[in-house]
Amino acid sequence: MTAVLKANGLGKRYGRKWALSECTLAIPAGKVVGLVGPNGAGKTTLLHLSVGLLPPSTGSISVLGARPGTTSRQLARVGFVAQETPTYAGMSISDHLRLGSWMNPSWDAKLAEDRLARLGLDSHQKAGEISGGQRAQLALTLAVAKRPELLVLDEPIASLDPLARREFLQGLMEVVVEHGASVILSSHLVADLERVCDYLVVLVDSRVQVAGSIEELLATHYRLTGPRRDANALPSDQQVIGESHTDRLSTLVVRTDKPVLDPSWSVEQLDLEDLVLAYMSRALEQDRRPKLEVRP
Amino acid sequence: MIEFHLDARSGVAPYQQVVQQVRHALRLGLLEVGDQLPTVKEVVTSLAINPNTVLKAYKELEHLGLVAARPGIGIFVTKTLSDDSLAAHGPLRQSLQRWLSQARRAGLDEESIEALFRDVIRSSFSEGVA
Repeated sequence: MTAVLKANGLGKRYGRKWALSECTLAIPAGKVVGLVGPNGAGKTTLLHLSVGLLPPSTGSISVLGARPGTTSRQLARVGFVAQETPTYAGMSISDHLRLGSWMNPSWDAKLAEDRLARLGLDSHQKAGEISGGQRAQLALTLAVAKRPELLVLDEPIASLDPLARREFLQGLMEVVVEHGASVILSSHLVADLERVCDYLVVLVDSRVQVAGSIEELLATHYRLTGPRRDANALPSDQQVIGESHTDRLSTLVVRTDKPVLDPSWSVEQLDLEDLVLAYMSRALEQDRRPKLEVRP
Repeated sequence: MIEFHLDARSGVAPYQQVVQQVRHALRLGLLEVGDQLPTVKEVVTSLAINPNTVLKAYKELEHLGLVAARPGIGIFVTKTLSDDSLAAHGPLRQSLQRWLSQARRAGLDEESIEALFRDVIRSSFSEGVA
């Protein structure tokens, strides 16, 4: 399957600080990808690299088989909605559409008008006068009407109320069904993404912690609870993601392709939120350990 | 037409919830042979869920022989799960309702009623009574 986004050893440095390091990803086409991580993890940096707003410091990235943002053809294939779903406050909605049609050769005016009509937006209104939810829908409409093969959205629903969130995600899923676009969207809340995404990338502290199809991730992660024991004594196919111990009990989160057969464990499936949390806490713990490596 | 809903806290995978809701409706006779299921687009936009979730659920239902796709038209129910016992549902429901009000009068709340009900089902099935 062709990759919609491929990164190899990708890194971005601001001064001495790495905002993204050693990022290697191969995201298949046709997915709705959730990029999850705490604030400051590097999500926006990765998205900006993928649309060509930033050049990489090291490594390489290709989106839809080409370097991001290099040609006008490449730009036309990717739709981007930046954080806070920015629009021009002083411009009317119809002016936004006109601007969109001037700047995009593949502009689908009918799609844009139909979508806004269905949302009940008055085209004479200024973008500064409509609600946050409507502004997010306007920004989505502008990105969709250029008929991109990939839509990239940076925290599109973070600032919306629950109803506007639901409406925005409904609109987004409709686009996926109708136009078959791939989507990458970021959020710091996994609960926001659980229903709409089928692929997950967890980014913590500038590094990708785990990436994969959600179905596969859920099928290969377990919580094991049982009498206290050393996590190093597990079978080699069980990778320990997290562990906590009391004086009698051990609770482990493990990743394995094989079933857990040891009868002394009680085995539970993890839900997506717990799975993401396990990777996040692991990343933070590794960060707290003394660093032995010397960076140049 | 059936309308789906998702329970995020149930721990059941979303596609399985859709499958279960169709099976449930078939068993209760709420869906019959020839009835159309909502299109993938309709389900996706009403629930705000990933299209692949719906596709997977519909594929599973097709695999179970419960529905079939007529290309370009839609997906239709081809088999029902309700049988002759459906006729007995009405009287059974009525006596169950009478039993429920009895239980409530005796001071049982919803949780105790469910617990009791499940317990009786479990023990009677294991004894082979039911």
